[in-house]
Amino acid sequence: MGEWIAFVGLSVAALGSGLAMVLGRQPVHCAVVFLVTLLSLAGLFLLLGAEFIGILQIVIYAGAILVLFLFVIMLLHAHSGEGPRVKLRAQPVLAGLLALGLLLGLGTALLSAASLGRPHPGPPPEGFGTAKAVGTTLFARFLLPFEVTSVLLLLGVIGAVVLGRREAPEKPPRERAAGTARAEAKAHAKGKEKKEVVPR
Amino acid sequence: MTEYVAILIYLGLALVVAATLLAVNAVLGPPPRPSRDKIMPYESGIPPLMSARRRFHVRYHVIAMIFLVFDLEIAFIYPWAVVYRELGWLGFWEMMVFLGILVIGLLYAWKRGALRWE
Repeated sequence: MGEWIAFVGLSVAALGSGLAMVLGRQPVHCAVVFLVTLLSLAGLFLLLGAEFIGILQIVIYAGAILVLFLFVIMLLHAHSGEGPRVKLRAQPVLAGLLALGLLLGLGTALLSAASLGRPHPGPPPEGFGTAKAVGTTLFARFLLPFEVTSVLLLLGVIGAVVLGRREAPEKPPRERAAGTARAEAKAHAKGKEKKEVVPR
Repeated sequence: MTEYVAILIYLGLALVVAATLLAVNAVLGPPPRPSRDKIMPYESGIPPLMSARRRFHVRYHVIAMIFLVFDLEIAFIYPWAVVYRELGWLGFWEMMVFLGILVIGLLYAWKRGALRWE
């Protein structure tokens, strides 16, 4: 019973915050509401007995990826991502079609599983989903994928460095494009100069 | 599942404490009289130089990306640390290879000056 209440509560929170994120107008508010979605999903993982994944969901998604989202919002526009609203005419239709496809796929999978009359899988085995279980499987059976992951992460680092460095040689045109930011920076620099003069 | 009840109780207690403090303040405190200085964002007593809602430099993005990668790396070290003894020397070298490949990335970022601020 308690599990059922937790499931319904977490699902409602996840769906509600997901909707709020999609419909919200303020990018920063959307990102913070998305945090609720991520935490509810972490709770659902815990309910499923996937303890380690649930904690990782909080550490990685809520702790790092969401912060990256906020960074991107801060980097994109002078007013924290509040750019002009772009209307994509094909988007609602395309999104509806894709959602319909997903619904059909999931529905068929659920119905076929039910009609096959498979027995309920029952509770997970002892110690399922703990860091220990993940560790024993990952470092024995899935050793190659694990090592290949490091190459993937290496590519991430190199990509970030290359993309971040590219703006250095072509600085003048970029600064002109960001007129407001430049003016603000100028004003800032002037204020600093004044302050530095005073003590002398 | 029952071990998570403690977390739930903890969350509930945190909410109750926060709500109680706010409620006590609202009931016992004087009526709020906002002024310019009172509603200013608090940043350790330093007056804000400019609006916080401005465009930030792209350099922060590189730092954030590098942080994300090494945060993910840590995620792999957690389960490794738990089963470290059972894995023995093989497990030790498995992790050393993993970390070695990532150190290449760190060295690359270092050489390219991505960790330098100016």
